[in-house]
Amino acid sequence: MSTATVPPRASIVHVIGRSTIGFVTTVGDLVMFTLDMLRWLMRGLPRRSVVLQNMYEVGVRSIPVVLITGLFIGMVLAIQGYAQFALLKMETRLGAVINMALVAELGPTLAATMLAGRVGSAMAAELGTMRVTEQIDALRALGANPIQYLVVPRFLACFLLIPMLTAIADGIGVIGGWLLSTQSLGIDSTYYWHHSKAYVTAWDVWTGLLKSMFFGAAISMIACYQGFHCGSGAEGVGRAATSAFVLSFVAILVLDFFLGMFLNELYRTIWPGPASFV
Amino acid sequence: MSQSPATTRHESFDHPFTGDEFGQPIIRLDGVSKQFGDHEVLRDISLTIRAGDTVCLIGESGCGKSVTMKLMASLLKPTSGHVLWDDGPVEDRTDEELVRDRLRFGYLFQGAALFDSMNVFENVAFGLRQNTKMSEPYMRDVVAQRLMDVGLTPATADKMPSELSGGMKKRVGLARTLALMPDIILYDEPTTGLDPIMIDVINNLILKTRKRRPVTSVIVTHEMTTVRKVADHVVMFYPLSRLQPGESQIVFEGTPDEAFESNDPRVWQFVYGEAGERMQEFAA
Repeated sequence: MSTATVPPRASIVHVIGRSTIGFVTTVGDLVMFTLDMLRWLMRGLPRRSVVLQNMYEVGVRSIPVVLITGLFIGMVLAIQGYAQFALLKMETRLGAVINMALVAELGPTLAATMLAGRVGSAMAAELGTMRVTEQIDALRALGANPIQYLVVPRFLACFLLIPMLTAIADGIGVIGGWLLSTQSLGIDSTYYWHHSKAYVTAWDVWTGLLKSMFFGAAISMIACYQGFHCGSGAEGVGRAATSAFVLSFVAILVLDFFLGMFLNELYRTIWPGPASFV
Repeated sequence: MSQSPATTRHESFDHPFTGDEFGQPIIRLDGVSKQFGDHEVLRDISLTIRAGDTVCLIGESGCGKSVTMKLMASLLKPTSGHVLWDDGPVEDRTDEELVRDRLRFGYLFQGAALFDSMNVFENVAFGLRQNTKMSEPYMRDVVAQRLMDVGLTPATADKMPSELSGGMKKRVGLARTLALMPDIILYDEPTTGLDPIMIDVINNLILKTRKRRPVTSVIVTHEMTTVRKVADHVVMFYPLSRLQPGESQIVFEGTPDEAFESNDPRVWQFVYGEAGERMQEFAA
């Protein structure tokens, strides 16, 4: 008589070990995937029409959502900050805090989060569908390298256009914060800008834009990797899209932390003195 | 004098394959095994495809026929063993050589694998754009001719893949495959999911393609009418899970007539579509 064998329950050590190996393998694969993309990028740019199509999708079509979220973030910062600053009779300094927070942190992370949600998931789903329907194999069979044809243009679009989306988020957030502060909360516009100018420097603006390029690179590589390695069927594609967003979001926050630390140190090295706002 | 797209290899092709003699080995699998994670699909397969032959790969679903064909075209890498094109190991080729040499193959995918963001014209023209410096008007002529070759009107060129029926998708896939004038055409279940009339249409297209140009064809199929109608040789695979260790996964190699007259129950049960004692597995 045959009896079904029940597999032994994995111990906690096994589970931790397996998860660690899985994590290290995925990170290693992602690094190799990125190096492969850079290798194909060095060999030559893809067709202009393919790059432009991706740039339109990533850049132009993201503008409305970045405009709306940027505007409201600026206004929310003004509302939330006003009560605290009013207690200290420092309402006019609200502009410095809003604008500093926007250009150094919120603008880049907000634009990147919007990009991860709107474009990253879509990229993973599109490439995942292409994988499960053998379209990626078909590209290879027709003499195109899928990394060069699919990944390089997406990387370029995200890497080059996210600073522009960040600048738009920064700009519209600054306008939103200023409008609410001056038109609704009654803060004097002259003092608002005076304090903003005193605290927000070009360094803050440029480092915000620089950080966004790292975010864009991470989003595109994670999304493409998830698409190229997605499981079979609709479930696999759905998982790839979800993972692309979640992992991109985590990567944005982790990169933001380490880049923030690095740039702070760099600032102190170049301009030694009192602690900066970076 | 202008060239006719129907009969002439495109002048801008730098095709690496000339002078293949009929009957010479053109693709060889030498002790090839393939595993996906812990799942072994192919074990120690050795198989030779000769120039000019039309070979049908048959066998139960999941026995590794499509994987074998992807290995032949180097769309997958073997876990062990070697794939050879014209007696040269594929793994010795550089990336550029591999991309160039792969153009020798035309691959008709199971679901046609049309690029769903492109219309029919862009799909059929894709390989031409990617690999030639063909002028746009000439490319339009070539695409129209390829569509007519597979029985579609040039008006189909403006349609999106989502607007096509299953049979039309397969025919557009075939037109795309033929656009680059390949020497070897790999058909992955070209008739699966089609009605009997469309199956015959596709079978006739395979024959017509071979008649027009001396191509080598490898066809993965479950359709015995296709085997009878187009095959010179038949190779039958058997699932590893049903074999004893050391048994060959290729259980039959021969002509279609030999397959239909085989005494091996594994072969005749498959070609005549009889479950036999296999029904007991489901009863249990």
